[in-house]
Amino acid sequence: MSAVLEATGIEKRYGADVAALRGVSLSIDEGELLAIVGPSGSGKSTLLHLLGTLERPSAGTIRIDGHPASELPDRALAALRARAIGFVFQQFFLLDGRSARDNVADGLLYTGLPFGARRARAEETLRGVGLARRLEHRPNQLSGGERQRVAVARAVVGMPRILFADEPTGNLDTNAGQGVVSLLRELNRAGTTVVVITHERELAESLPRRVELRDGLVELDTKAAV
Amino acid sequence: MELAPSRLAPGDVLRIGAVGLSARKLRAALSGLGIAIGIAAMVAVLAISESSKADLLSSLDRLGTNLLTVSPGQSIFGEEATLPSSARAMVRRIGPVEAVSATGSVSTPVYRSELIQSTETKGLTTLAVDPSLPATVGATLADGVFLDAESARYPAVVLGSTAARRLGISRAGGGVQVVLGQRRFTVVGILDPVTLAPGLDTAALVGFEAARRYLDDEGDVASLYVRSDPEDVDDVQSVLALTASPEHPDEVDVSRPSDAIEARAAAKSAFTSLFLGLGAVALLVGGVGIANVMVISVLERRSEIGLRRALGATRRHLGIQFLTESLLLSLAGGIAGAALGGAVAAAYASSRGWEVVVPPVVLAGGVLAAVAVGAVAGLYPALRAARLAPVDALRSV
Repeated sequence: MSAVLEATGIEKRYGADVAALRGVSLSIDEGELLAIVGPSGSGKSTLLHLLGTLERPSAGTIRIDGHPASELPDRALAALRARAIGFVFQQFFLLDGRSARDNVADGLLYTGLPFGARRARAEETLRGVGLARRLEHRPNQLSGGERQRVAVARAVVGMPRILFADEPTGNLDTNAGQGVVSLLRELNRAGTTVVVITHERELAESLPRRVELRDGLVELDTKAAV
Repeated sequence: MELAPSRLAPGDVLRIGAVGLSARKLRAALSGLGIAIGIAAMVAVLAISESSKADLLSSLDRLGTNLLTVSPGQSIFGEEATLPSSARAMVRRIGPVEAVSATGSVSTPVYRSELIQSTETKGLTTLAVDPSLPATVGATLADGVFLDAESARYPAVVLGSTAARRLGISRAGGGVQVVLGQRRFTVVGILDPVTLAPGLDTAALVGFEAARRYLDDEGDVASLYVRSDPEDVDDVQSVLALTASPEHPDEVDVSRPSDAIEARAAAKSAFTSLFLGLGAVALLVGGVGIANVMVISVLERRSEIGLRRALGATRRHLGIQFLTESLLLSLAGGIAGAALGGAVAAAYASSRGWEVVVPPVVLAGGVLAAVAVGAVAGLYPALRAARLAPVDALRSV
């Protein structure tokens, strides 16, 4: 299998003293489902930002879908995020006052796809995550679990090469959390590469691969260990 | 593998701009109102001044700019000069002169009845006039008839509009009489206000012959009203003094009453620039309001900015989004303001009985000015939105 994402020796320092990441290498193959887990302050959020091209590493290289992300200009990184990367956040970040369908269609806003096609794809994707009856609902008319499903739909509507989920269950009760996790599993079974960032060991241990971070270093990678 | 760049179609720019505003309707409406008031003030002032100018010009068209007046000035000793008795005939001989009418000052005051004290003159004067006067100065009658060759020899009087009001007379004929000297004169007519010869408004007008016969007047000519060929007004004006008084041309004042009306129009436009300045200040304040609202909006919507960057928006896309919101806001304010200003001007002009003139270029200019203000006001907030690092934007929740 080919690597969708390849990070080599990446570091992130803030100022002279603070080092959030101190040389992390990680290779993620197409179709993988893995957890990046660690206590708060371990650097997992920073790692997510670097792998998701929202921030640049201080040192090291990152290749995403064959593109040298650490060397690309801003505009190219935006294009990479528009076409190859999907994000799901703990706080959902849905736009109030807009329907679930419009929120999901926003996932395709910057791809150049026409409005009608975006809405059609959004509707299809919402049906796929079990929200066929919630197309016109606004975020404040949805439960927490439903909101996160809308956010997941928005992240995958463009069929990204890799999906990052940052504490996707962090704002949900156990039941809703399990629902979202099984949705992510389903998407993975359908071929999406999924990276879940979490501090919950239980969730991490339930996934096929686990990368444990501590103090800015990889402490354990279950794949490398095999 | 080449990566296709992020795109944001122009239609989508408008759509997300409109959505951004409609999510905060009250705030958008209030900040748009600031712009609307400024534009309304400017459009109304310009349109009202246009309407008023159109009214003045049409009254000038009607009255003509070819009327000249000749009146005695002061002698070199500072005494009141008089026009020579030959002046009227001399002026009539100037080629391009079409009509000449004379008025003479009569020292007898006019009273409503014999019972009025002699000091109660009400600021009114008595003038001896030629029957051709209304035709020459463009005066019209509010009621009754003007003096003719017959009535100019008898105790008949025509009152100027102000004189009639001060004497408490609203209708001519029916035996209404006023007292001039020791004698009763019958009021045969009342004039409308005379724009080009306002001195007639406060006067009681009698014939020269009647003045000589009943009021012991000597028939001196005080003023000449001269209507000339419109093409040769300047030439006539330049020779009038010398013609009217060949011996003392420097003791004669020649003037063109329409100049005074044009000066009034110019004075009005001075007021116009004052109000225009006030409108500009209101517009500026409106622009600051928009800038303020947009800066707050950028702060409030940090997570939306972060999310959009995560979805693939470039810095430029976010700058354009916020600039578009500010432009839409000011465009709406500008359109509302132009409509309001036009309506105010139309209402004011028609209440004054003027022709309503709202030049399209003023409306378009108002909307354009609003959009320009919106562009300037939106620039800084847009730059802030564009410069926000995606990680900072997402972290700030």
